[in-house]
Amino acid sequence: MSKVIVVTSGKGGVGKTTTSASFGTGLAQRGHKTVVIDFDVGLRNLDLIMGCERRVVYDFVNVINNESNLHQTLIKDKRVENLYVLPASQTRDKEALTREGVERVLNELRQSFEYIVCDSPAGIERGALMALYFADEALIVTNPEVSSVRDSDRILGILASRSRRAEQGDEPVKEHLVLARYAPDRANRGDMLSVDDVVEILGIPLLGVIPESQSVLQASNAGVPVILDEQSDAGVAYNDLIDRYLGENRPHRFLTVEKKGFFRRLFRN
Amino acid sequence: MGLLDYFRSTRRGTAAVAKERLQIIVAHERGGRRHSPDYLPALKKDLLDVVRKYVPISQNQVKVHLDRREDYEVLELNITLTDEDQAGHK
Ligand SMILES: Nc1ncnc2c1ncn2[C@@H]1O[C@H](COP(=O)(O)OP(=O)(O)OP(=O)(O)O)[C@@H](O)[C@H]1O
Ligand SMILES: [Mg+2]
Repeated sequence: MSKVIVVTSGKGGVGKTTTSASFGTGLAQRGHKTVVIDFDVGLRNLDLIMGCERRVVYDFVNVINNESNLHQTLIKDKRVENLYVLPASQTRDKEALTREGVERVLNELRQSFEYIVCDSPAGIERGALMALYFADEALIVTNPEVSSVRDSDRILGILASRSRRAEQGDEPVKEHLVLARYAPDRANRGDMLSVDDVVEILGIPLLGVIPESQSVLQASNAGVPVILDEQSDAGVAYNDLIDRYLGENRPHRFLTVEKKGFFRRLFRN
Repeated sequence: MGLLDYFRSTRRGTAAVAKERLQIIVAHERGGRRHSPDYLPALKKDLLDVVRKYVPISQNQVKVHLDRREDYEVLELNITLTDEDQAGHK
C-alpha cells in the first residue's frame, strides 16, 4: 500500500522543502521507492534543493493537462536509487492544479511508488489545500516561534476538516511534528520555545527535531539534500527522523547543548 | 527600562511569555474545532439512507462539512448525482 504524505506548515520559509527533499531521499536510501512532488506552482524550488534543476523538461501541470506522461516527466535522482522528483510548473496560473487532475496523477503514482511526498507551498490557499487534500499522513514543519506554531495549529484544523479523509469520514490524516531550526542553547536560556512547549501546545506526536544548522545552507548551495551530509548535525537529525518514521527506536538528539569538544569532533556544524 | 530588559532582569525568559500567549490564542482559535462534531459520520449515514430510497448513490457522493466562522457555523451538505441518475446537481 502506498502512502501520500504532505509536508506542510502554513507559515512560509520554515523548512518544508528542505524536509521534503531529505525525507524523500532518506526513504529511498532505505530501499523504498519514493517520489517527491513540488506543489509550489509558480515558485519551483524543490528541483534546486535536490540538484536536478537542469534536467527539468516537463512538469506536474503538463502531466495534468496530458501534455506529457509521467514517464517523460519524472526525474530520476542520480545519486539515490528509487528516488524520483516531479517538478512544479512555473506557470502563473494558480488554477492549473485541478483536484481531478491531481487525483488522477496521484492514483497513477500509487501504482508504482511506496511513498509519495508532497511538498506544500506556504499559506492556506488553493495550492496548500491541494497538496494536503489527498494526504494519508502529514509532516507538520514548525519553527520554535509564535507565528509558526500558531499557523501549524491552523493547518492541523484544516487537515481535520478539509482533507479528503475528513470529508469522507475516513480515519483522520496521521500527523507528525517536525520541529525545525531548533537552537537548544537559546531554548535552554528561556529565549526560545522549547521542544516540550511546542509539543504541549500543538498536541501531536513529535517525529523529529532538526537543529538550526549552517549545513542546511551549504547543502542547498550544492544541490544535495542535507540528509546526505552524514557528518552534519542536521543530516544526522534527518536520518534519525527517517528511522523513527519507519518504526525504529531512536532517542531525540540535539535537544540540549552538547559538550563543545565532543560536539565539534563528531559534527561539522 | 524596556520590555526586553525586564525579561532579562527576571529569570523568566521571553519563551515563557510566548508559550502563554500561544496557549490562549490557540485555544481560542480552536474553539472545539479539533473535535469535529461526533454526529457528522452518523448524519452522513442517515442522509445516505434517505437519498438511497430514491436514487442509488455511493458513499463518496455525499459530502458533509461543518465550517466554523467567527460567530456562526455553516453545515454544508453536498450530494452529487452521477450522470445516469440525472436529475441535475445538489
Ligand atoms: N535546520 C535549518 N537550519 C538552518 N537553516 C534552515 C534549516 N531549515 C531550513 N533552513 C533555511 O530556511 C530557508 C527556508 O527553507 P525551505 O525553503 O526549506 O522552507 P519552506 O518552508 O519550503 O519555504 P516556502 O514556504 O517558501 O516554500 C532556507 O534558506 C533554508 O536554507
Ligand atoms: Mg518550499
